[in-house]
Amino acid sequence: MITITVNGNPHEFEASLSLAKLIVLNNIIQPDMVSVQLNGEFVYKADYETIELKDGDEVDFLYFMGGGQ
Amino acid sequence: MDFTEEQITRYSRHILLQDVGVEGQEKISNGKVLIVGVGGLGAPVAFYLAAAGVGTIGIIDGDVVDLSNLQRQIIHFTQDVNKPKVLSAKEKIHQLNPDVKVVTYPTLFVADNALDIIKDYDFIVDGTDNFPVKFLINDACVIAGKPFSHGGILRFDGQTLTYVPGAACYRCLFHSPPPPNAVPTCSQAGVLGAVAGMLGTIQAAEALKYLTGVGELLTNRLLSFNAKTMDFRTVGTRPSDKCPVCGSHPTVTQLIDYEQAVCDISNRKKH
Repeated sequence: MITITVNGNPHEFEASLSLAKLIVLNNIIQPDMVSVQLNGEFVYKADYETIELKDGDEVDFLYFMGGGQ
Repeated sequence: MDFTEEQITRYSRHILLQDVGVEGQEKISNGKVLIVGVGGLGAPVAFYLAAAGVGTIGIIDGDVVDLSNLQRQIIHFTQDVNKPKVLSAKEKIHQLNPDVKVVTYPTLFVADNALDIIKDYDFIVDGTDNFPVKFLINDACVIAGKPFSHGGILRFDGQTLTYVPGAACYRCLFHSPPPPNAVPTCSQAGVLGAVAGMLGTIQAAEALKYLTGVGELLTNRLLSFNAKTMDFRTVGTRPSDKCPVCGSHPTVTQLIDYEQAVCDISNRKKH
């Protein structure tokens, strides 16, 4: 089992998984709507498939919010 | 600066604060803050900065007041419908506090005028409703070395981050604008009016903290909240070496007017 913290909440997974898979599991239908930080650093979209998450990783989905008026 | 007796009374609750005092109030009274967009976020920001006695408040907005604005843009009243927003806001600021000098720019904030406008200000507040201008404010402030407060709201959510030179900028977290229409705007998805007030008052507090030097700014942290649960969360971040504007090999070296989603343009007056 590995533990990955997603938006501040710890989640347990049977095995390592890719960032792309985590995005699917979190039901983010349009990845364009979020910016992803892994351990406090921005991740390029092109790397979602190749990044394998490890035990203890912290992933934050930051939502684009364009409103204000 | 010598305060009059009336000003000492007006600002007494600031002066009483140990961290602010007369010295801090002087900094506020000498401060110059630009508010880009005097709508849902810009309205509470303008009110609180005016009440605080910020010496010069610049407001830039090319829109006129629409009836659909009044649910959240609290600086505009029913009688102001169809009036330019900068004019409506200027009138209220002066009614609240005649000490404040108001500079109005009844125009859009674009790549051509951005640097020229921000150069006169100590701090800039993003109160805009679209990604092209949010990124433009970021890039202009990074290039000019100006601190600013980013703010975004949608439905029941809000997010904000403060930039000062050397800290993480908006692009460190959100490299480039999302594709047009990937993210709905408030005019498409709606927003709880009070959420604009919650976020705008946080931005106003950041501006006042910057002017007075009190406390720790919301730098290298993105604060998000959801008004349905009232959960507030800050996500730590750091300046990104890969950042397109403030990283070591910037690709954004001049200001860009990103394309606005078509439906946003047709809805402009409804924002």
